[in-house]
Amino acid sequence: MKQYLLSVCYPAGGSQPPPAALNKIMSDVIALQREMQSADVWVFSGGLHAANSATVLRHQNGDIVLTDGPFIESKEQIGGITIVRVPDLDAALLWAGKLARATTTPIEVRPFMEHPS
Amino acid sequence: MAVLTRFLGDISFAEEAVQEAFTIALAKWPSNGIPPSPAGWLITTARNKALDRLRREASRSERQHAAQLLNDVEQAEEHDVRDDHLRLIFTCCHPALAPDAQVALTLRLIGGLSTEEIAHAFLLQPATLAQRLSRAKAKIRDANIPYRVPEAAELPARLQAVLAVVYLIFNEGYSTSSGGEVLRTELCDEAIRLGRLLVTLIPQESETLGLLALMLLIDARRDARVAGGDLVLLSEQDRTLWDESKMDEGRALMRVCLTRNRPGIYQLQAAINAVHGDAPSAARTDWQQILELYDQLMSIAPSAVVALNRAVAVAEVHGAAHALQLVDAIDLPKYHLYHAVRADLLRRIGRTADAASAYRLALDNCENKRERDFLIRQCQSLARH
Repeated sequence: MKQYLLSVCYPAGGSQPPPAALNKIMSDVIALQREMQSADVWVFSGGLHAANSATVLRHQNGDIVLTDGPFIESKEQIGGITIVRVPDLDAALLWAGKLARATTTPIEVRPFMEHPS
Repeated sequence: MAVLTRFLGDISFAEEAVQEAFTIALAKWPSNGIPPSPAGWLITTARNKALDRLRREASRSERQHAAQLLNDVEQAEEHDVRDDHLRLIFTCCHPALAPDAQVALTLRLIGGLSTEEIAHAFLLQPATLAQRLSRAKAKIRDANIPYRVPEAAELPARLQAVLAVVYLIFNEGYSTSSGGEVLRTELCDEAIRLGRLLVTLIPQESETLGLLALMLLIDARRDARVAGGDLVLLSEQDRTLWDESKMDEGRALMRVCLTRNRPGIYQLQAAINAVHGDAPSAARTDWQQILELYDQLMSIAPSAVVALNRAVAVAEVHGAAHALQLVDAIDLPKYHLYHAVRADLLRRIGRTADAASAYRLALDNCENKRERDFLIRQCQSLARH
């Protein structure tokens, strides 16, 4: 079994969908999470606040220095993540396709490295 | 290669083992003679080399597991080899890989072309292509792209990706996009070889037959397409140079497709080329039938390029003025053939100045030297009329 990170991508500063559409998205995403759980592939998922709520820490000359804002300023942001545990990429792509339909946004699929153990 | 990849689960590892086996064969066969079953000998030797390496790297647990599986390689039956071949094709043409990576992997691992040969065919530096290949192989390994034939539900879509890769290879050979040659025959030959392989592996899918028929029917005109290094249009070609045996093979495949009655984009394009092939001269081409086939193609796979080709048939059936109206509504500003078709239609209705500027637009968007020469000749001949 292998773990894949499914990231929800959306344009930074874009306008939110109207409330009715947003409600539909939310209920579709929750339904999909239940489907993932009953298929026993779900590891974790969660939505993220906007990137400007982020704080970056750097190790500099023995000290930890903080900066306000995201590490990478980008036109696209990660709006949320889901981790699935499945046999191979095709299975991950199948779930990612369902997630893209539910969120109506692009989904990036990225494999985790194997555990060293 | 395909057998070992299944057992090892790692394309690069299998490749190295096979390469070692070939090196040993080159050293031994000239003096010891060729073994009774060369393929079996190579598989066994590659397997032993892989086992040696697994013992050396015994700390790697996943490869220890593979060592057990390797013992089964010798028991691989003929139909397993066939299935392994198919698995490797679907892995190479996986839609999660970039199209150029799919093409390079297919030519390298299925076609068996060397990195240098592929680089030469695509006018790339061997180092660039080697990097592209190793990146693709790393993704297959890291993302765990499965090594298997897709299930029935996904098969048609995934097969389309495989057919598209083979047709891309053929087209790059037949209408070379850049450089100084009209044709790169080694790519056409390789694509046809791959097409034949797909027909043996997946004979039940009509589009597989359609693709092979299409490539054969086009490739049959290869020798007539170039004269003295220059490009020759279909209407100007010396039809006695057409390869009748390739045409016949293509027609026979089309007859099988017709009895199945499950048309697709490759079968329809093959049918269009078969009509050209049946015409004793350009003037006696059955354009009405070609137009009907393009109408069908537009209904199942509409695209601007198909619309452009359909307009060429419309010009023959309903006249250049009518076709020009259709062409003007198509949006393909970067495609040199769009401007070339438009220029030819303008010339035919006497708008010479407009035709000349259309030829210049075609030239601006064309990178193949022979095609450029052809367009320049066409443009110059305007002035003489």
